Amino acid sequence: MLSKGKLKKDFHKNKYKYIMVIPVLIYLFLFCYKPMYGVIIAFQRYRPTLGIARSPWVGLDNFVRFFKDVNFWRVVRNTFTISFLSILFTFPAPILLALLLNEVRVSWFKRLVQTVTYLPHFIAMVVVCGLVNRFCQSDGLINDLIAFFGGERSNLLIKTNMFYPIYILSDIWKEVGWNSIIYLATLASIDQEQYEAARIDGAGRIQQMWYITLPGLLPTISMLLILRLGNILGVGQEKILLLYNEMTYEVADVISTFVYRKGLSDADYSYSTAIGLFDSIINIVFLVGANKISKKLGQSGLF
Amino acid sequence: MHKRKNAEDIILDGIIYIILILLALATFYPMWYVLIASFSSGTHIAASGGLLLWPGDFNIEAYKLTFAHPLLIRSFCNSLAVLVLSLPINILLTVLCGYFMASAGMVWKKYIVGIIMFTMFFSGGLIPKFLNVQDLGLYNSIWALVLPGAMSVYNAIICKTAIEGIPYSLVESAYIDGASDIAVMRKIILPLIKPTMAVLLLYYGVSHWNAWFSASIYIKDAEKLPIQNILRAVLISNTKLTESFGDSYNAYADAMQYAAIVIITVPIMCVYPFLQKHFTKGVMIGAVKG
Repeated sequence: MLSKGKLKKDFHKNKYKYIMVIPVLIYLFLFCYKPMYGVIIAFQRYRPTLGIARSPWVGLDNFVRFFKDVNFWRVVRNTFTISFLSILFTFPAPILLALLLNEVRVSWFKRLVQTVTYLPHFIAMVVVCGLVNRFCQSDGLINDLIAFFGGERSNLLIKTNMFYPIYILSDIWKEVGWNSIIYLATLASIDQEQYEAARIDGAGRIQQMWYITLPGLLPTISMLLILRLGNILGVGQEKILLLYNEMTYEVADVISTFVYRKGLSDADYSYSTAIGLFDSIINIVFLVGANKISKKLGQSGLF
Repeated sequence: MHKRKNAEDIILDGIIYIILILLALATFYPMWYVLIASFSSGTHIAASGGLLLWPGDFNIEAYKLTFAHPLLIRSFCNSLAVLVLSLPINILLTVLCGYFMASAGMVWKKYIVGIIMFTMFFSGGLIPKFLNVQDLGLYNSIWALVLPGAMSVYNAIICKTAIEGIPYSLVESAYIDGASDIAVMRKIILPLIKPTMAVLLLYYGVSHWNAWFSASIYIKDAEKLPIQNILRAVLISNTKLTESFGDSYNAYADAMQYAAIVIITVPIMCVYPFLQKHFTKGVMIGAVKG
């Protein structure tokens, strides 16, 4: 145990460091920890007029209600589907881009491609979805292309089978360049002598890519994959809110958008909070699980 | 190092360059389309059959109308106000937090860092946050867009790693000379982490400028909304911007939407080139585990 004297000495020596961190702790307390305490309304039938202190307790009723909700399977299925599709397509895309850029020897061309592909990361989600909205209208750009190749014009945003491709492709468009930065930086640190040695042994470029470049990227890939898995339910809520409509709820409504509608449109506070809590817990389970698996496989864990 | 290229190399290079060129074009074209559509008349946009390469009947009418639009300009100013209020707070808290996490030797450090990091993995969720903002009396006030996101722990970790990158001997010699923590911070650390701070400013600035979600929850009055929310009404819900000018301007409805996009995207595009060289640093440091 720490003695009182030692604590006193510590505080005296590091006085300013402690004082400087106080504003941060006040912020975290007011805007992160206070809402965490507010989570207990998930176990109540919360009434704004009564407040947390006097609202009646209902135990796990809100959770049971969610599991029995007609939309339960729909939102859970959609959340996992979108997440799975983005791990399958959006996640590897920047790795592929980094591998391709790594093969480019003309530096101005490489820089040009990088500059162009990084840009959309900074474009607002509202603008991106607004453009998607424009281009997918029946008189929009994409339909012009479809019509050019003899297809039929239609509003793509109200078709359930088009939602996932639109979602995934616009995601890749916005983030592929930005997400490739970290892989490119990792590639820059790979020992060039390995390539020399491989060339002398007669390895072709594809073989070098497969046996040197890709293994060099593996630690980074696994770390980012853990982070991604830990956020498995964290599908692009803002994006879906901007892109979906009642015609596509069947495939596009996810847990977080359901939380949004229940909580803010229907003002069903306790119910919405319970669903949100369910969402958080699943996320943490996945994060811890992915971290464990990664450690077992001999890769570095996150914590 | 360069040897004569064989056929396999040439084909491979060809494929790689073609893929990259197509990708760059696919990324660039939508942005280009917005830009030229904003300078074209509605009839030209409609007549072009979607594929615009160059502005037709070039005019800046849409921009004139956009700048005369009362709600757009007001919301533009609201967004600027959020930036002006937020950025100093963001940077202050981030540097304080980063400095604390980077320093060693405090008995309570482990616990305080735990308190800070925990917020990255668990949050109260939408409704508790919303009720909290109401509870604190921030609802429908600009502070609701400033204070709840006053610091990002992720950015604080970027800052922490930058501070750790400073040679300890520099800091140590200052301490030996009798400098206090505050003096070390002001005289040594802040000047040395300027590039990182620039990147952090960009991150915070872009996230505030592009934000619409919190305003859609926390702000009730239309005249207090930031620009993205107005744009959302225009682009997603198809509210016509020309309504306030009368039917005779309907030809410019499309061009005005694009002009509005250009106007709100240009500020970001202006700072982008200056900061691009620092991106790698920011991204890399952030990815290193806390």
